[in-house]
Amino acid sequence: MTSCAEWTGVLLSTLLKECGLKGGASWFVAEGTEEVKGASSMPIAKAMDDCIVAYGMNGEAVRPQNGFPLRLMVPGFEGIFHTKWLRRIKVVDRYYMNYNDYGHLHEGEKEKEAALSYQIGPKSVITFPSGGQQLPGKGFYEVSGLAWSGGGAVKLVEVSTDGGRKWNKAEFKGTPQRMAHARFAYQWNWDGNEAELQSRCTDEIGQVQPSRAQIAKFWNKPFDETFSVPGLDNSIQPWRIAKDGSVTNGNA
Amino acid sequence: MGTRRVFLIAFAFAALIGVSALAQGPTYGVGRTPTAEEIRALDISIGPTGEELPTGKGTAKEGAQVYRAKGCAGCHGAAGIGGTAPNLKSKDPKNPDVWARGRILPLRAPFATTVWDYINRGMPLNREGTLTADEVYALTAYLLYINDVIPEDQILDAQSLPKVKMPIGDRYASLPDWKPRTPRLKGYPY
Repeated sequence: MTSCAEWTGVLLSTLLKECGLKGGASWFVAEGTEEVKGASSMPIAKAMDDCIVAYGMNGEAVRPQNGFPLRLMVPGFEGIFHTKWLRRIKVVDRYYMNYNDYGHLHEGEKEKEAALSYQIGPKSVITFPSGGQQLPGKGFYEVSGLAWSGGGAVKLVEVSTDGGRKWNKAEFKGTPQRMAHARFAYQWNWDGNEAELQSRCTDEIGQVQPSRAQIAKFWNKPFDETFSVPGLDNSIQPWRIAKDGSVTNGNA
Repeated sequence: MGTRRVFLIAFAFAALIGVSALAQGPTYGVGRTPTAEEIRALDISIGPTGEELPTGKGTAKEGAQVYRAKGCAGCHGAAGIGGTAPNLKSKDPKNPDVWARGRILPLRAPFATTVWDYINRGMPLNREGTLTADEVYALTAYLLYINDVIPEDQILDAQSLPKVKMPIGDRYASLPDWKPRTPRLKGYPY
């Protein structure tokens, strides 16, 4: 699942500077007001880059279920870090290993997997045509989807209609923004034969969305039905188009 | 109202990082320095050094009583195993590979302070924050004892708890030096 909203607030860096932040700080802990007062450690560099303490969402006060009165937004990071009902921010000099941090713990030799949490990789998905939908017949279609990245704004989206052999540049609907959904489209004339649609995106720091096969190769694991992507899965999503126009999951 | 809350939160940590007391923010001239008592009341995030731990103490024997009296057994099982909530005792406690003993908080946590912190902030379900410091020390001692981390008669308090050697040692992945606007993992097939 993915969602995107417009958030309004105060830069966390502004608040920290007002408090006289000193150079020795390396982490901060953000804590919510809910029953278990969930707390996560995050790098102070992220706080000084683009975190905001948000009071507005889509032009109105943040709703209760979304964190009223204040929610910490940590653009591009995993959802759990976006602390709802923000109660306190504590600046510290080490990773604090509270319960949420314990939940991110990886085995000693899995430092690469640990590195893949926090920041979300570049990801895109075609929403039309997609699994469960039905094309009425051959002819002209606008293939459309969403792309985003925790690395910043999406710079390029490409679409393949032949299972990843040839890639075609897609167009953007509007200007892609940092850490936000970008809507893309590709004009396609379907000849009525079997096809496999894929999309891949590249973000502003040059990260390219990988295929599952590429990820398996990186981890030196067999690419078969048992393979699952370690960490957050930002792999390419293929959709299979059958001759009758039915659309199914290309990974299944 | 939102703005007012922003600055209360912001100024709550000025004193924590050893900044000399600022009456107001230097640029926007708002807020005030919280008192030590105000900070202490909010400061439930216990780090590995345990510097935030309150006074109090407890042993495993006392903790076994608290475990029954506070209803822990109802969700976590009579002896920390077999309930509907996460197990608190390993089913495979002798496995030489600590990671293979299971995802058991009072066994896998790298610091005993993590266990104390979570009981204190998150338990018991629907009555969070009602345990006394003594009860949290006692429960922590009990859970560490049933996982063979500490002896039954060890007294846990603000001084002894951070010194408990957890079985995992440093056998967990360290996080990379994370820098904004850089790829999350170099060489990953982007």
